[in-house]
Amino acid sequence: MFSWLLAALLIGGVCWGAARWRVAPAAHPGPWRTAMTRFRSQGPAMASVYLLVALVVVTALAPWLVSFAPTDTLIAASEQAPTLTHPFGTDFAGRDVLSRVLYGGQVSLPVAFLSVLLAATIGTAYGAAAGLASERVDGIMMRLIDAVLAIPRLFLLIAVLAIWGNPSVPMLILLLGLTGWFGVSRIVRAEVRALRGEEWMMAADALGASRRRTLWRHVLPNVLSPVIVAATLGVGNIVLLEAALGYLGIGVQPPTPSWGNIIQDGAQALFTVWWMFVFPGLAIVLTAMSFNIAGDALRDALDPRQVGQR
Amino acid sequence: MGVVVALATTLSFFLIRLAPGDPFSALLENPRVSPEHVARLRAEYGFDGPIHEQFASYVARVARGDLGDSFTHRRPVRALVSERLPRTMLLMGLALATSFALGIAIGVVQAWRAGSAVDKVLGAVAMFFYSLPDFWLALVVLYIFGYKLDLFPTTMIPAFHLGAVPWWERLGEAAARLTMPVATLALLTTALVARYQRSAMLDVSGRDFVRTARAKGVTEHGVLFRHVLRNALLPVVTLLGLAFPALLAGSVFIERIFSYQGIGYLTVEAVRNGDPELVSSLVLLMAVLVAIGNLLADLLYAVVDPRLRARA
Repeated sequence: MFSWLLAALLIGGVCWGAARWRVAPAAHPGPWRTAMTRFRSQGPAMASVYLLVALVVVTALAPWLVSFAPTDTLIAASEQAPTLTHPFGTDFAGRDVLSRVLYGGQVSLPVAFLSVLLAATIGTAYGAAAGLASERVDGIMMRLIDAVLAIPRLFLLIAVLAIWGNPSVPMLILLLGLTGWFGVSRIVRAEVRALRGEEWMMAADALGASRRRTLWRHVLPNVLSPVIVAATLGVGNIVLLEAALGYLGIGVQPPTPSWGNIIQDGAQALFTVWWMFVFPGLAIVLTAMSFNIAGDALRDALDPRQVGQR
Repeated sequence: MGVVVALATTLSFFLIRLAPGDPFSALLENPRVSPEHVARLRAEYGFDGPIHEQFASYVARVARGDLGDSFTHRRPVRALVSERLPRTMLLMGLALATSFALGIAIGVVQAWRAGSAVDKVLGAVAMFFYSLPDFWLALVVLYIFGYKLDLFPTTMIPAFHLGAVPWWERLGEAAARLTMPVATLALLTTALVARYQRSAMLDVSGRDFVRTARAKGVTEHGVLFRHVLRNALLPVVTLLGLAFPALLAGSVFIERIFSYQGIGYLTVEAVRNGDPELVSSLVLLMAVLVAIGNLLADLLYAVVDPRLRARA
C-alpha cells in the first residue's frame, strides 16, 4: 500500500514539476527554441511526454516501489486475480505481475531506446554517404535499401531469431538496431540530395570548406530534425515489435521479464488469467501511443512548412 | 522485383547454412542414429559438398518452384503453402477491403470537419488503434467477444470439415468464425488508412483547383466528393503497397490466436517446433508476396492516375 502512495506522489510530482518548468524567453529564439515553444504549446504532446517521464521514473524506481522481486515464486498464491497485495495479480508460478511489469519496463524501454539510437546512427551515416556519393554509387546503395525494405522486418527477425536461437538482451538490441535503419537512411539521403542543390552549400564549397566541415557543420545539422522525428516514431514501433517477439517466445528470454513475454506467460490460459495480458498490454499501448503522439507533434514543431497543410 | 527475389533467396539460404550446426547435427546425439544415416539425409536435402555448390543447387531448386521439405510436417513446403496460402489470402482480402472502405470514410469525415470535436475524437481513436500491438488486440477481442460475451466460436478448425451440411450453413459457420480475426486485422489497418486519408484530403483541399471550384459556385458537397476526394484517393492507393506487409505481419499473430490455419499459423508453428527449412522458405515466400504486392500497387496507381498514363 505504502509503495502505491509513493508511486502516486512521484508521478504527481514529476507532472507538476514538468508543467511548472519554463524556459526563459529569449529575445531572438533560434530554430530549436522556436520548435521547442511550438511543441510545448501542443497539449496532447506534452501530456504524452509527462506520461513517458513518469513511466521511466516508475520503472527505474521499481525496487523501491514493489514488495516482491519479479522472480519470487509464491506457489501457494499462483494465478491470483488482482488484490491489494498483488495489484496486477500473480502468474502461474505465483510471481507478482506488477513487479514483473515494472521490471519488464526496465528491459523493454532500454531495448527500444538503444536499438533506435543504433538504427538512427547507422541510417544517418549510410544515408549521408549515399547522398554525398556520385550518382552511380548512390543508385546502387539505394537499390539495395529498396530490396531489403521489401522483406517485412518481422519476418526477417523471426527467421534470424528462430534459426539462431535465444538471444541475449544486447544481441536483441543489436538485431533490432541492424534491421531498423533502412527507413532512416532513405529520409537522410533524400534530405542530403536536396541540400546539395542549395546555394549556401555552394557558398561553403566556394569558401574552401573541407568535406568534413561541410558534413558536420552544414549537412548533419540540417538533416537532424527529420531523423529526430523518425527516431521518436521508431521507438513507439520498436516497443510494439519487441513485445511481439516476446509474445512469440523469441525475444527477451524468461525468467527475465519483458512486456511481451509476460503476455506470453498468460496466453496459455488466456480465459482464466485476464490480468496477465491486460496490464503489460496497457503498458505497451501507453508507451507506443505516447511516442507516436510526441513524434507527430515533433514533426509539426520542427517543420513549420507542413503545419498549414495539416 | 528481381533484386528483391535474388536477395531474399540468398538470405534464406545463408540463414540456415551459417547457423551453428546444420539441421542434422542434433540427430547425431541420438545413439540410435548412425553417422551414415545422417550423411545420407544431408545428401538428400542438399546439405553436403562445398557451400557454393550447395548454393547453386538451392537457387536452381527455388527457380523450379521447389522449396524443399518441411522436417516437422514431413511434406513438401510447396504443398503446405498451396494448402494454407488461400486461407491467408481470404483473411487478408476481407480485412483489406473492410479497412479501406472504413478508413477512407473516417478520413473523409475527419477532413470534412477538420479541427472539430468529431475530428479530434476520431483522430485520437485512430491513434489508439495505430499504437496497439496486433497480438494484444487479438487477445482482447478473443477474450471479450469469444469468451465473456460468447458471441463467436473461438475455434476455427471444424469450419473446414463440415462436408455433409448444406452450403449455406457452411457459409454461416465460416462467417461466424471469420468475423473476429477479420475485424481485428481490419481495425489495425483502418487506423492507418484513416490517418493517411485525412492528411491527403487536407493536402488537396488547399490546392488552387479547389478554390477555383468553390469560386465558380460548386456546392460544398460537390467540392468534397468530386474535387477533393477523387484527388485524395490517389495517395491512398500507394498505401495498398504499404498495408500489404503490415497485414501479412499482423496475420501471423491473428491466425495464431484465433487458430486459423493459414500461412501465419504455419510460421509460428515452424518457429516453435524448430523447422528452419520451413521458416526460411516462408520468409522467402513473404518477401516475394510483398514484392508482388508493391508491383500491383504501382500498376494500380498507373491505372488510377491519368497523368501517369498520358506520360507512358
